[in-house]
Amino acid sequence: MRHSRILTIKINDQAISAHEDETILELARQNGIVIPSLCYLDGLSAWGGCRLCMVEIKGSDKLFSACTTYPLEGMEIVADSERLKKHRRDVLGFMFSERNHVCSVCVSNGGCELQDLAAALGMSHVEHPYLNPVLSVDASHKLFCLDHNRCILCTRCVRVCDEIEGAHTWDIMGRGNTARIVADLNQPWGEAGSCTSCGKCVQVCPTGALFEKGKSVAEMRKNREFLPYLQLMRGTGHADEDGDTP
Amino acid sequence: MYDQLENIPIAEQAEDEKFAHTFHVCVAASCLSLQSDKVLGALREHAAGEETGHHCRVKGVGCMGLCSQGPMVSVSHRNEPGNFAVYGKVSPEHAPALVEAAREREVVSELLCDTGMPFFRRQKKIVLANCGVINPERIEEYIVAGGYQALLTVLTEMTPGEVIDEVVRSGLRGRGGGGYPTGLKWKSVAKAEAKRRKYILCNGDEGDPGAFMDRSVLESDPHRVIEGMIIAGYAVGAREGYLYVRGEYPLAVDRLHKAIHQARRLGILGDKVCGTRFSFNVDIRIGAGAFVCGEETALIASVEGLRATPRSRPPYPAEFGLWNEPTLINNVETFANIAPIIQNGGSWYAAIGTKESTGTKVFALAGSVHNTGLIEVPMGISFQEIVSDIGGGILDGRQAKAVQTGGPSGGCIPAEYFETEIDYESLKVLGSIMGSGGMIVMDDTANMVDVARYFMDFCKTESCGKCVPCRVGTVHMSNLLEKICRGQGTDQDFWALEELCRVVRETSLCGLGQTSPNPVLSTLRHYRHEYLELLRNDDQQQCTDEMEPAS
Repeated sequence: MRHSRILTIKINDQAISAHEDETILELARQNGIVIPSLCYLDGLSAWGGCRLCMVEIKGSDKLFSACTTYPLEGMEIVADSERLKKHRRDVLGFMFSERNHVCSVCVSNGGCELQDLAAALGMSHVEHPYLNPVLSVDASHKLFCLDHNRCILCTRCVRVCDEIEGAHTWDIMGRGNTARIVADLNQPWGEAGSCTSCGKCVQVCPTGALFEKGKSVAEMRKNREFLPYLQLMRGTGHADEDGDTP
Repeated sequence: MYDQLENIPIAEQAEDEKFAHTFHVCVAASCLSLQSDKVLGALREHAAGEETGHHCRVKGVGCMGLCSQGPMVSVSHRNEPGNFAVYGKVSPEHAPALVEAAREREVVSELLCDTGMPFFRRQKKIVLANCGVINPERIEEYIVAGGYQALLTVLTEMTPGEVIDEVVRSGLRGRGGGGYPTGLKWKSVAKAEAKRRKYILCNGDEGDPGAFMDRSVLESDPHRVIEGMIIAGYAVGAREGYLYVRGEYPLAVDRLHKAIHQARRLGILGDKVCGTRFSFNVDIRIGAGAFVCGEETALIASVEGLRATPRSRPPYPAEFGLWNEPTLINNVETFANIAPIIQNGGSWYAAIGTKESTGTKVFALAGSVHNTGLIEVPMGISFQEIVSDIGGGILDGRQAKAVQTGGPSGGCIPAEYFETEIDYESLKVLGSIMGSGGMIVMDDTANMVDVARYFMDFCKTESCGKCVPCRVGTVHMSNLLEKICRGQGTDQDFWALEELCRVVRETSLCGLGQTSPNPVLSTLRHYRHEYLELLRNDDQQQCTDEMEPAS
């Protein structure tokens, strides 16, 4: 049985009943409240890196990432203030300016979470100058490609490979804006011995950074249905601290 | 009954009786880089000659503080505690004259440092009490100086609760920069329930440019830190500790290894500490050169062998720390304060400094002052006293312009605020932070925009890359500052910079990102005109006009 207290909180003035071990982001989504996010993916551990799910909590000046914040009784959360919208557009602008996101020639055009969010948040242009880094494309794998130009370092691929597939082929190398996704010890993906070619990383990738070979512009569509299914079959959803499952 | 703490001083004293004069040669990193080891060798060679009743002893000691005068040597004579000479800029050629003078109880006046000058008189040494006095590589000398007495008192006469109460009473606050009350942190960890065990972590990942407080303490008095950690372990119920030292400090690591080995040999570390039922072990973990490891959750990841990236707090390490167990994490200087607090009582410590910021603080004084080096001063001292008295004033007769504190998370404090009493709160009000203790004095030739540019470049390269605002925002800020420094900035760039500061501060994940705009914000606040003067001519007027009502 699950041993967690039931609390009542408010998100955007909507009263919500919550388990104390569910994050604000999970609670919002259960109740149809939209909080944007790119690194969070149901079924994977929280990362807290994209900073798009930032919310305000009444009584504090600070902002909190909804994917890593847990509710307290009576907590009042604001998830749609003008300040948050502005910050989200800014952070999204950072992502667009960091690498080379050219939607018109991208395999994921029309099926990209980054693109969708930009549209949803009303981003009409990128305020910051493009950094235009020179980045490579790794096409050494027989089935898939890695295009660093489209990567936003959300680490969904790293987490799905480690936590679900158990291979831990992916990780991050370097720091700051020189950080890169690497396969094994920075080998070409095709030579990474730990890769099982399962393709989970490709399916969870929110952009066109990881895609199937043979897909042309706007042809890549991601299928993430397997994650909730795997979660269900393994009984790993909402494990509490003792490892008990519902 | 554990009697090493009594036996060792007796044996040491018998040894002392053989020598009439003792030379102390600084062998901490700063003097060592000026070849103080050669000075030590030369002195040993010349002191070796037998002269009845005038045997000289030469020993390597830790940092004496006045690093700008290095290599430092001091001389003391048996049974004459007041007769003490300090020499600066000593080279091996001076050895014969120094030995000769010591035997005659005279001084070599051209090398002499005035021990009456404010640099020495105005300091109050608690953390640094043994630095420059004892040989850091011999546990015996630490014990003679009263070391491990506090530990024995704690283990034999106090309950863990009493130890924590004493720390609470002292009012000690975290010396790593944040200033979180140490006693409160200890209480939280003591209360937290461990699944298997609790851990003590010592944060020695000192990375601020120009700061070397922790380095000096670790190199000059490593046992002091270890003693603080063992006491903390007893107080919160932990049996294991890790000392996290940055890889750039090989000498500190070497001395810590020796210190841990010696403490184990004497039964001070390991099973049955000092013959009691309490056990405690310390191990060293070496950083790989990332500034972000100073952030506690990144440090924990690094100790676990993972890539050093911070995670969101809460939960705090006091609840979920190392391997998800309750973990007490304190800075080197914080742990170094523990033994004196236990020995002299929390109220003694609380009486030093100001009401909210008690005790002393070690600063690494650097920049355009005559006396640079390591200083320990009571909280509440003013910048004026540090710069003019202890620092001996600005070089070349110039005027002071500002003091930079807190490294890349801090800010610049202009000369007109130099009368401010230094404590955690007053620095925050001025737009800076206490930080770990780096203090860089700048004269009137300093270009404040360039200072901001330097620190932003530092943050950019040290960002771990986990969260977007810090990873990308610092690059944009750094580029804008470069552009403004080149004289190509426009009013658009100026406003964009201010806006970027706000976004990065509010949305970044950890302290590194959240505070990275501070050097820009503080210089914008106090030296806005310097930015405006650097903008392209036609844009200057526009910014000034739009700015007037706001300022």
